[in-house]
Amino acid sequence: MRVEIDVEKGLGDFRLKAAFSCDAAVTALFGRSGCGKSTVLNLVAGLLKPERGRIAVGDRVLFDSTMGTDIAPEKRRIGYVFQDGLLLPHLSVRQNLTFGRFFTPQAERWADFDRIVALLDLAPLLERRPHHLSGGEKQRVAIGRALLASPRLLLMDEPLASLDAGRRGEILYYIERLRDEVGVPILYVSHEIEEVVRLAGHLVLLSEGGVAATGSVNALMSRMELKPVIGRYEGGAVIEALVVEQDLEMGLARLSFPGGELQVPDLNALRGERLRVRVRARDVSLALSRPADASFLNVLSGTVTAIGAGDGASVDVQLDIGGTPLLARITRKSVAGLGIAPGKPVFALIKAVAVDRHSVGYA
Amino acid sequence: MFGSITPSELEAVRLSLKVAAVSTLASLPIGFALAWLLARKQFPGKTLLDAIVHLPLVLPPVVIGYLLLVLFGRRGPLGQWLEETFGLVLAFRWTGAALACALMGLPLLVRAIRQSLEAIDRRLESAAATLGAGRLWVLASITIPLSLPGIFTGMLLSFARSLGEFGATITFVSNIPGETQTLPLAIYTYTQVPGGDAQAMRLCVLAVLLSLAALMVSEVLVRRANRRILGDAR
Repeated sequence: MRVEIDVEKGLGDFRLKAAFSCDAAVTALFGRSGCGKSTVLNLVAGLLKPERGRIAVGDRVLFDSTMGTDIAPEKRRIGYVFQDGLLLPHLSVRQNLTFGRFFTPQAERWADFDRIVALLDLAPLLERRPHHLSGGEKQRVAIGRALLASPRLLLMDEPLASLDAGRRGEILYYIERLRDEVGVPILYVSHEIEEVVRLAGHLVLLSEGGVAATGSVNALMSRMELKPVIGRYEGGAVIEALVVEQDLEMGLARLSFPGGELQVPDLNALRGERLRVRVRARDVSLALSRPADASFLNVLSGTVTAIGAGDGASVDVQLDIGGTPLLARITRKSVAGLGIAPGKPVFALIKAVAVDRHSVGYA
Repeated sequence: MFGSITPSELEAVRLSLKVAAVSTLASLPIGFALAWLLARKQFPGKTLLDAIVHLPLVLPPVVIGYLLLVLFGRRGPLGQWLEETFGLVLAFRWTGAALACALMGLPLLVRAIRQSLEAIDRRLESAAATLGAGRLWVLASITIPLSLPGIFTGMLLSFARSLGEFGATITFVSNIPGETQTLPLAIYTYTQVPGGDAQAMRLCVLAVLLSLAALMVSEVLVRRANRRILGDAR
C-alpha cells in the first residue's frame, strides 16, 4: 500500500517540512533524536495537525489542507505502537488486546485474535495486568493491541528504546514475524541502524526537520555524503546478498552479491534466502595485492571511487566492488602510504567474524 | 445518660443521610464537568471560574444560604422559574437543603477530581484514539475509570461536608423538623432547649459514627480503584 506524506508543522522553535512516499513492507524513518521522526508519526496518526500538506494511505486521504480534509484519529485506522507501550493500566491484557477490535467496522476486521495471540506468544499473559508484565512483554502486548484493531498501516515509534539489549532481539524477532506473516505495511521510527538493517527495505533519512534522502537501505548506507546525517552510528555499507551455500562443518555460509561473494558465520539462514548484510567501514581493510597467507576469508577486488574528507586519524574510502558500493575506514597514513586515490584498483579485506547476527536482516 | 434513640432523632439522621446522598450524587456530574474544564481546557475567565468554584470554601456559609434564599426563594428569579416550569420548590424543603449542601461541598468535589484528572497520562487517551475510540468512548473507558480514586475521594468529602452543613442550610431552608432539620440542626436545637443535653450528646455520637463509616467506605473504594489502576497487591 502506498503511503504519501507531505507535511509542514512548527512546534516551538522546531520546524518540520517533510515529503516522501513509500511502498515497502517496512519503511524506516531514520535520524538523530530531535530530527522530527516522531512528529511525522503523530501527524500521520492524527494526534498532531499539520499546518499544511497532505497525508494519504492507499486510496484514502487522511489529511489535505487544500481540500479541508482532516480525518479524526479514531477514524483513521492507523495502528500506533508507542515507545513505552502505553497499555491501559486499568484493563487486563486481554481487554487491552480487544479494545480496538470493537471500534473496527465488521467488514474491515482482518486481524484474528487467536492468530495474533499465537504470533506474539501472548497466550500466557492474557489474564495478567499491565503492571505485572516485563518491558518486553508490554511491548508485545502493545504490538498485538495495535494489530487487533485491524489497521491499514502500523506506526512504530522506537518500540525497542525502553528495553534492555536482551529484550530487543526478542522483540525484533516478533516484528520480523509480523512483517513476514501479517502483511500490514509498517512505518518504523528508529535511531539504531541495526534495527533498520534487520527490518527495513526502504529508508527515509530525516535531518533537522527535513528529508535528507530516501531510497533502499543498501543504496543510502554507502553514500558517504550522508554520513553526517546518519550520524554517530558506526558507518558502513549494506549489501544485499543471496545465501548460496551453507558449510555446516565450518559453521559458515557463503553469500553471493553482484560483484563477489562473502563468507560469514552461519546465521541460520537457509539456502536461497536473501539477506541484508551490514559491513562496518572499520571492519574493512585495503590491500594493493591479494594477500597470500592471511586469515581474511573475504578478499574482494574493486576500485576506489571516492575518499572522504577527514582531519582526524581516519578517513572513509568508498569502493566499487563490481557494481556494489562498499565503505572502508582506514588511516590517513595508510591512504598516503598505499597511494590510495580514486580510480585505483584495490582489494578489500573483510574478516568473516565481523559480520554477526546484529548486522544481518532478511530482505 | 444515653437512653434509646427517639423517633424524632432517627428522623434527623434519616433526613441527613438523604440530603447528603442526594446532594453528593446530584453535584457529581457538574463537579466532574467543572473539574474536567479546569484540568484540561484553557479559556478566558478560567481563573475567575476557579475562584467562583472555591467561593463556598471561604465565604461564611450564611452568605451562601442567604444568596440561595434570594435566588431560589419562591419569589426569587430562579425559584419562580423552577416552580413554574418543573413544579420544583426548593425553599423550606429538604431539596433546598440538598442544594445548599451540594454547593458547599462542590469545591471539595472539584478539587479532588481535578487532581486525579491532572495525574492521568494523556497519551493513554491518544493511544485509545488510535485504536478507534471516539471522544465519548475515551471519556467513558479511559478518563473516568482512571480518575475514579479522585471521584471517590471527592464524593466522600462532599458527603461528609453535607452531613456537617449548618449555616447555609438553616439560612436557606430554615429548621423544620422532618423536612429540613438535619443532624447538625437537630443538635443545635436540642442545645437550645432546657434538658436537651442527653439528646444532643446522642446525636453527636451518631454524627461521629456516620462520619467514620463514610470515611471507611470511601477509603475502601479508593484503595480498590487504585489497585485496579496501579495493579498493586496492597
